[in-house]
Amino acid sequence: MRTALFWIFSVMAVGSALGVVGSLRSPMNSALSLVVSMLALAGLYVLLEAQFVGLIQVMVYAGAIVVLFLFVIMLLNLRGSGAVGAESQPIMKAIGAIVAAGATFWLARTLASARAPWPDVDEGFGTTRAIGEALYTDYVLSVQVAGVLLLAGIVAAVVLAKKKID
Amino acid sequence: MGDVSGFHFQIVAALIFAIGALGVLLRRNIIVMFMSIELMLNAANLSLVSFSREIGNDQGQILAFMVMVVAAVEVAVGLAIIISLVRNRDTVNIEDASQMKW
Repeated sequence: MRTALFWIFSVMAVGSALGVVGSLRSPMNSALSLVVSMLALAGLYVLLEAQFVGLIQVMVYAGAIVVLFLFVIMLLNLRGSGAVGAESQPIMKAIGAIVAAGATFWLARTLASARAPWPDVDEGFGTTRAIGEALYTDYVLSVQVAGVLLLAGIVAAVVLAKKKID
Repeated sequence: MGDVSGFHFQIVAALIFAIGALGVLLRRNIIVMFMSIELMLNAANLSLVSFSREIGNDQGQILAFMVMVVAAVEVAVGLAIIISLVRNRDTVNIEDASQMKW
């Protein structure tokens, strides 16, 4: 059952990732592929006993970030010739393919060391309770810094999206 | 979990990362390039969570959570920059925004 779910979610995640990069017609198609990819990744997180991260993945990525992308695409109303930029020259395509293939090979070779059998984990591993307790005790400074970062991000976004840059 | 191990998850992460890198290198549409960056961040997250499962320690999940916070901020600022670019240049093609290119 878990093996079948792993394959379903993996194929969904990789296939829709290809859809993000490969859909040449409109950025809207890419954004919708991105939602599918994020949801499939959330499924993979749950298979890895990381329920909390999976939940946050659905709420923050599929729920908020992609909606933000869709808002911007619709706000800019990109149609006609402006919708898809002229794609790169053949030489750049060749370089891109070689770099990506090399990166995949290198990553796969390094990550293939991860063959150790999984240890048994406690009942509460990866739940909201476990992660929340860790975040608000050992990592409380990180949480505070993340809050400041979010505030700075909001201010920066408001300033940058103003009508004219002074 | 049968025959699926951390290795399989790492391969999926590597594939998604490579697809994201390919998107940044090949596409000239700034919005699609930005989405490809999100794909790469997600691949890194999957790798982190998989290793966290493998050593039975939840620190990797906390780091993945922090990556998501940073990604959310990055999306907000990046999309504001894209809106600003379109308002001032009326284009989403990065070749038209080459003022700082040497």
